[in-house]
Amino acid sequence: MTIRQIGLALAAAALLAAPAGAQSLTGAGATFPNPIYTKWFDAYNKATGIRINYQSIGSGGGIRQFTQGTVDFGATDGPMSPAQMEAVQNNVLHIPTVIGAVVLTYNLPSLGATQLQMDGATIADIFLGRITKWNDKRIAAMNPGVALPNADIIVVHRSDGSGTSYIFTDYLTKVSREWKDKVNYATSVKWPVGLGGKGNEGVTQQVKQIEGTIGYVELIYALSNNLPFAKIKNSTGNFVVPSLASATAAAASAKFAKDTDFRVSITNAPGAQTYPISSFTWLLVRPDSKDAAKAALLRDFLNWMITPDAQGMAGGLKYAPLPAEVVALIKPRIAALKANGKPIPAK
Amino acid sequence: MSPSATGSDATLGGARFGDRLFKAALTLTALAVPVLLGFLVFELWAGSREAIGEFGLGFLTSSEWDPVEGRFGALPLIFGTVVSSALALLIAVPLSLGVAIFLTEFAPMRIRGPVSFLIELLAAIPSVVYGLWGIFVMIPFLRATVFPFLKDTLGFLPFFQGPIYGPGMLSAAIILAIMVMPYIMSVSREVLLAVPNTQREAALALGATRWEALTGAVLPYARSGIIGAVILGLGRALGETMAVTMVIGNRHEIAASLFAPGYTMAAAIANEFAEAVENIHLSALSYVALTLFVVTVLINAAARLLIWRVAQGGGGKSA
Repeated sequence: MTIRQIGLALAAAALLAAPAGAQSLTGAGATFPNPIYTKWFDAYNKATGIRINYQSIGSGGGIRQFTQGTVDFGATDGPMSPAQMEAVQNNVLHIPTVIGAVVLTYNLPSLGATQLQMDGATIADIFLGRITKWNDKRIAAMNPGVALPNADIIVVHRSDGSGTSYIFTDYLTKVSREWKDKVNYATSVKWPVGLGGKGNEGVTQQVKQIEGTIGYVELIYALSNNLPFAKIKNSTGNFVVPSLASATAAAASAKFAKDTDFRVSITNAPGAQTYPISSFTWLLVRPDSKDAAKAALLRDFLNWMITPDAQGMAGGLKYAPLPAEVVALIKPRIAALKANGKPIPAK
Repeated sequence: MSPSATGSDATLGGARFGDRLFKAALTLTALAVPVLLGFLVFELWAGSREAIGEFGLGFLTSSEWDPVEGRFGALPLIFGTVVSSALALLIAVPLSLGVAIFLTEFAPMRIRGPVSFLIELLAAIPSVVYGLWGIFVMIPFLRATVFPFLKDTLGFLPFFQGPIYGPGMLSAAIILAIMVMPYIMSVSREVLLAVPNTQREAALALGATRWEALTGAVLPYARSGIIGAVILGLGRALGETMAVTMVIGNRHEIAASLFAPGYTMAAAIANEFAEAVENIHLSALSYVALTLFVVTVLINAAARLLIWRVAQGGGGKSA
């Protein structure tokens, strides 16, 4: 192909793309689900020709752009606050897309292949700086027969604002009164102790290099980097290994009201097999949109996203797919989306 | 370029018109810079208005940083920025000056080119690469060798006490030193090359040793240029973000120990901006940016003043 031909092809492509302007959607937000979103939007583009541009600028930016109306949909790891929903006249629906989990990773060579076991109150006290030694009797009680060293615990947390921190602190807020009063939950909080690492890779490197460290990273990251991670005691008293299945179980056992707005935290969820540090990540869409054409495109995409095919892609990238219960709840909500107060006509 | 004597009035007029056009275009480009700067300051100010109203100047002296409760203070960030940059210069200036002097005064001709080329190449490495190198190579090395040595020999000083984590103020200063070295080195080298040879020859002819010629005749001549080079390095160190945040430990705290984690203004902005949801959090980050801008301007102004004074003083003495 000569340069001239390439130029012609590009010009032709541009001409073809121009009238198809309405056939594209833009979105912005969370970075954590970016890999699966990118894959979905690519697969959807190949299947239907509809282009979805997604900028992974972070949940905060996603909510802001959604509020300002500069994007067709937003994406966030933490649900919008009532005040933020007020800013868009409550014209927002949170649609869960996949489930993420956060694992506790550590550097204790003396443990060998034994998996550490932890409960929520102990984790909170470690991250509060109340428990400072690895051989503390509370840790020892949960790990009978494990050789815990008489070493200082070095806490490592995320320094950048992140959905991972949001999920982790949301969990600690539920299991520790003191954590709730002193720190609470958000994408960045005032950490009582510890070192800050930038990104999952920053936390991981500090944990890998420094003996006696404990930190938290996304499940996906821990699985693909073969990091050791702890079993966490869930609300029924079982020590559960974090996995895609146990994260999906957390979403399945979460209790939803019939008219739920899906802004539901599934950390510390009930159920024997649930992993307690799990959370949805959401797309933000307008239940009543001003642009009927784009609303139809978005609705069609959302319907495609909850098909077994699309949800199946999540597993390949190590995101936990939505359980059938949640998909069944989402379906009628997508069908009820409106434009200018009227139902969106079917395709 | 001057119009030839045979040129007609028409071409002269054309040249004048072209000149005027050229002048106008240049004026516009020159104006664009201060206008852009004005917009920048205005944006920063507008963005931080909410935080300025909420915290006032107390923002600069408070150490609180609690995004959940919406309480913010930038003192640890200002401290971290100034200390890490100052330490970086403390390490980088003697090293880069040494290299520059060696390359201009003492090194054999054939190695001068390659060595200075290699050092300037360091300036072309993206800062995120420095950061990754810092995490994977430098910190493990420092943790195993240099830091324990410092703790054992200088542990009586408060700067070298406490647990050694690896990431911390000293690690940040060292990576910054490596990053600013090529700038200081290459500008000082140019400045030293610009010192007239007669200056050296005169000193040597008077019976000075090479050391005396260097300290008595060459360095005083190059003094203001060398200070300029150091300021250039300082500017780079103050604003450096990626590499620093990856190795400094990112903790909003002021600690005496250089092994302890710290934080800088640029790093905090980069870390928290994307996920900042509350308006007051965003506004506080803008306020940090404004503070960084002011600190940078103040330091640069002080440096200009210093260069000016040195140039005056130097001129007076050598006369």
